[in-house]
Amino acid sequence: MAVIEIQGLCKSYRVYQKREGLLASIAGLFRRRYRTIEAVRGIDLAVERGEFVAFLGPNGAGKTTTLKLLSGVINPSGGTARVLGHIPWKRENTYRRRFALVMGQKNQLWWDLPAAESFRLHQQIYRIEPEQFERTRDDLTGMLSVGHLLSQPVRELSLGERMKMELIAALLHSPEVLFLDEPTIGLDVVAQYNVQAFLRHYQEARRITILLTSHYMKDVAALCRRVVIISLGRIIYDGSLSGIIDRFGGQKVISLQMSNGQASAADLARYGEILQADPPRVKLRVERSIVPQVLSNILAAHTVEDVSVEDPPLEQVIAEVFSWKGEGGGRMMNDK
Amino acid sequence: MLARATTWLTILRISIEERLVYRGDFALGTLMRFLPIVTQIFLWGAVFEAIRASGSGADSVAGYSYHDFIAYYLLTMIGRAFSSMPGLASGIARDIRSGTVKKYLIQPIDMLGFLLLYRTAHKLVYYLVAAIPFALVFWLCQRFFPGWPDAITVAAFLASLVMSFLLGFFLEATIGMIGFWFLEISSLMFVYMLFSFFFSGHMFPLDMLPGVWGPLVRVLPFQYLAYFPAAVFLQKITGPELAWGLAVELGWVVLFILAARATFRLGVRQYSGFGG
Repeated sequence: MAVIEIQGLCKSYRVYQKREGLLASIAGLFRRRYRTIEAVRGIDLAVERGEFVAFLGPNGAGKTTTLKLLSGVINPSGGTARVLGHIPWKRENTYRRRFALVMGQKNQLWWDLPAAESFRLHQQIYRIEPEQFERTRDDLTGMLSVGHLLSQPVRELSLGERMKMELIAALLHSPEVLFLDEPTIGLDVVAQYNVQAFLRHYQEARRITILLTSHYMKDVAALCRRVVIISLGRIIYDGSLSGIIDRFGGQKVISLQMSNGQASAADLARYGEILQADPPRVKLRVERSIVPQVLSNILAAHTVEDVSVEDPPLEQVIAEVFSWKGEGGGRMMNDK
Repeated sequence: MLARATTWLTILRISIEERLVYRGDFALGTLMRFLPIVTQIFLWGAVFEAIRASGSGADSVAGYSYHDFIAYYLLTMIGRAFSSMPGLASGIARDIRSGTVKKYLIQPIDMLGFLLLYRTAHKLVYYLVAAIPFALVFWLCQRFFPGWPDAITVAAFLASLVMSFLLGFFLEATIGMIGFWFLEISSLMFVYMLFSFFFSGHMFPLDMLPGVWGPLVRVLPFQYLAYFPAAVFLQKITGPELAWGLAVELGWVVLFILAARATFRLGVRQYSGFGG
């Protein structure tokens, strides 16, 4: 049985529309105009135990709304969802003790107190046995190398350290399902890498189910085999990360290092689009299907010292998927 | 049951620790509370001086002598120390607007219970710190009091204070949770503060009110926030009237507990998770 089962899930909001200007503001006192925003429009999804799924989409696509629905923060307008057999928006304590939600932009720890105090409170709220609590806390602080910061007020921690403490607080009760909403937002590369490495290690060791939203493709590439892309409230892709690159990364980048004096960038333009010309190095963008042909033509006509063929950056591929409206009016595609 | 009690104690302990972080602000806030009483002593001193100078021979206003007034204001200060909830309603509304309220929906914890313990911790720390200046002020002003009332009156006074704390908490929490619908409640809070200031007896003893105003304020819950405990201590309300007053106060407390619970349940249903 799937850990997360979603069928036809919908959520619409009514949003007040205010026109510009003082007169419009006064008119708004008497008559308000509202617009209905359909944030989530009939999502179907099943996630098995132990999966690490990336939930991607442009801003306003409905990712966070879906996470809020699954964690019971908001009620849906239609459809059903079950997580670990519970209906999230019933907000039963038995469900709340089995999952956690971490939001990169929100702080759950007590700002003026050391994280150790917030952890102690979580122990009580989640009714964690003292031995288990101490073991889990020590394991997690050890893995994230923040043991020495436990007695420092949270407000005096760096953003990266705070995020690590937030993760520990969320994992103290050993949740079976973890929702991560942009956990690496605003972190520097080192902190991002540390959080990624921790999440990968933790998920592999515990086999918990994780749903992650992130705008950092490095997070996704490092952590998730399965990717679900949501756009305008609908799922437009559900499959592997490599499947996206095969499907949408229609072009490859050929990097060449020419022998001195061999072929100018202009000479090479006939093989593909010049992305970068920094003689003797040149980068070309070429359709994936003709890469072997182009390579053999270049090697036959020029002296090349070094060559490499790469997929386009993941960000670029994802941006293409985001702008894709779907086949047959947004039909979900699935390469599984 | 034991687990729940331990959770409550932990929340209380951590809230107390948090409250003790900002020592300077806390000490200043505590001392500032005594400023209004000083102005009241001078104001009523001047009023009675003027009455005496006019040669009318009256030594009281609406049944209150100069000493009665000062004793009354000192006692309402104690009442307010229990029933006032600075930042409670606005804090709840802010949490709703910013989305911080999510944590109460995600974690296995009751928001109202948590906030009540948090507020209790604040009050306990406040009483602990303010006990010495309060004792000093009352000792300096002891000549204004007729003397210690009997044990039953003191017990009734303490009960009315505890209930005024609960009434103040659930009343303001209910107002704060209106933020689930309106997001911005500062105007509503202003109106509430205004009503509370007049009708709680904070400004003047409510039994001074003429005409229909007296019976009117008696059917409102505000009098229990300041007037009622002071009147109990001064033995202006005694016997069956006292028992009835305490019963009505308890009724208001229960009513606002139910109102706060209902507002929370309906508000969460309406809540759409603002703030990302």
